[in-house]
Amino acid sequence: MKFTWFNLMPWPYLPDDFREKNHSVWVDIDSKLFDPEKSHEVYNTYLDLLEYAATLGFDAIGANEHHQNGYGLMPSPNLIAAALARRTDDVALLVLGASIALYNPPVRVAEEFAMLDCISGGRLIAGFPVGTSMDTNYCYGQIPALTREKYREAHELIMRAWHEREPFAFNGRYTKLRYVNIWPRPIQQPHPPVHIPGGGSIETYDFCIDNTYSYSYLSFTGYLRAKMLLQGYWERVAARNADASPYRAGFAQTICVADTDAEAERLYAPHVNYFYNRCLHVYPGFADAPGYRTIKTIQKGVLSQYAPLSGFDNLTWKDLIEGGHVIAGSPETVRQRMEDLIKGLHVGHVFCLMHVGNMPAEKCMYSTKLFAEKVMPRLRNMFPEHDDDNRFWCKPMTQRVKAGSLPQMQTETV
Amino acid sequence: MELKTIQTAHVPVRYFEGGQGQPLVYLHGAGGLDLEQVFLAALAEKYHVFAPLLPGYGDSEECAELRDMLDFTLHGWDVVDALGIQDPILVGFSMGGMIAAEMAAVAPHDVSRLVLIAPTGLWLDEHPIPDLFSTMPFELPKYLFHDQEVGAKAIGANIALTDPSFLQVFLVRNARQLGAAGKILFPIPDRGLRDRLYRIKAKTMLIWGESDKLVPPVYAQAFQAALPNADLVMIKEAGHMVTFEKTSEVVSALPAQ
Repeated sequence: MKFTWFNLMPWPYLPDDFREKNHSVWVDIDSKLFDPEKSHEVYNTYLDLLEYAATLGFDAIGANEHHQNGYGLMPSPNLIAAALARRTDDVALLVLGASIALYNPPVRVAEEFAMLDCISGGRLIAGFPVGTSMDTNYCYGQIPALTREKYREAHELIMRAWHEREPFAFNGRYTKLRYVNIWPRPIQQPHPPVHIPGGGSIETYDFCIDNTYSYSYLSFTGYLRAKMLLQGYWERVAARNADASPYRAGFAQTICVADTDAEAERLYAPHVNYFYNRCLHVYPGFADAPGYRTIKTIQKGVLSQYAPLSGFDNLTWKDLIEGGHVIAGSPETVRQRMEDLIKGLHVGHVFCLMHVGNMPAEKCMYSTKLFAEKVMPRLRNMFPEHDDDNRFWCKPMTQRVKAGSLPQMQTETV
Repeated sequence: MELKTIQTAHVPVRYFEGGQGQPLVYLHGAGGLDLEQVFLAALAEKYHVFAPLLPGYGDSEECAELRDMLDFTLHGWDVVDALGIQDPILVGFSMGGMIAAEMAAVAPHDVSRLVLIAPTGLWLDEHPIPDLFSTMPFELPKYLFHDQEVGAKAIGANIALTDPSFLQVFLVRNARQLGAAGKILFPIPDRGLRDRLYRIKAKTMLIWGESDKLVPPVYAQAFQAALPNADLVMIKEAGHMVTFEKTSEVVSALPAQ
């Protein structure tokens, strides 16, 4: 099993009446709610928490990309990963990911990921999301019906840039480059392992199977609702005669651990409520620009999780726990439910969303430490027969330098 | 009106045909032809009407090869050629007006009468056109109609999107139709038409609803500024859906045979 500690980096100062008084948490969120001076502490605390998780034995720490979004302060995940690369030693850096259709030209992603891989000594896991409709279409202006074609072309360009060792010309529809010759190149050859975040688009299944990428289902509605979708993925894997390694898939889950179930509710309910009630207040008109999702996907009933038929606002702590949106409670409760999740979805990668809403650092550290010490070790051995599957994880250099290792200055040489 | 199919280089195109006399090609807006049937029938009493559906609209096949403005413009001419007609009265409404104007600009000698009904295609920073793509159905009437109550009923804006089976049909239709429209209208309905309007040689008529809240009448002035010889007909008590709200006024404003 591989556990990644994740922080969406929500803005923690959305007012109590945010939902009532605001159109949307995303795209046209009121910019006056952002206070740059307060963000100085917010960013540094969030980075500290990621580094803290790295000291507790999580396999990876993660960053992702969102734009104009009250629950995601990472328009550039690569900046966060760069900061983490210098402050951590062993942990993998999972960038899940850089929205490749949004970079012009997309070789920018091949370059930046190569830089991250070089700086970190080969600790990078690369993610290539299409991006949500809010990010890709409404914030970054990509034409919805052409987004996937542009994404596929960007992927082809990046992969060729990583694979080919001579300069080449790329005559794409969306990008034309006479000299593709990226410099630097990644340590991991031919390229770092790739994870593809999918929100349920079935076209993505085959893309992952064809390229040996891990399919990551990022959802806020929990593992019970994810079963149907991931079952579809595993059926496709079987139909394509690919092996059923659990490392072909990952799942994001909100997790809160305390001493007892009651303590978990007392400590974390307000922050979980903050997330589901304020952070997910997305105007439904932004959820799914017409043309963004393919007809096949819509017909399969896979709709945007950002415009659920029944909103998130009426969900109580009990609803969220019973519905599996959130796994919370004592270490034993959490262990049991995580085991259900891992077995039920057959996933080798879990993205642990352990900072929730406006959770203060102390509570987040408490929950993270309990998970790392009392839950994670007992979930390690879920798939012993796949222990040697390293296709979906980074392969760092064995001899890595430590940040801050300049030689002592000899006074006589000055 | 009869619904027929004709083959173009890229895709079979569905089109409504009816009436006799001077050929008239009508290019629909982003909403398609659902609300235009009465208008088409009224047109067919005076003209030989051809109203093609843009690929993806109605029951027509989608066309991945149509990506940008030039593709849409040439597709328009491909359809006219396939129909075997020459120099039709070219009428376009809203998005269709944008396409018609582009067609007249790229082939100025092939069209002598052009009618643009509340066309898109220009952008004025001081008067941003509402974002149709993020607009929920229940919000549409205020942009589209002078009489919002009648309009809401006509487009079924009050049908609950909480009914999953209706939602799916609605989303598929939206993805097909507005997905196609988005290629030339998203995120800003401007693909450089202003720079090409000078090429138009056709006698041009602009028709606008006075209470158009989607493409407000100030855009009529912007078109007139670029097309100094164009006539402008303003229609009272009509919103953007002027052909639906004031069918006979629009038909009588059109060029004589």
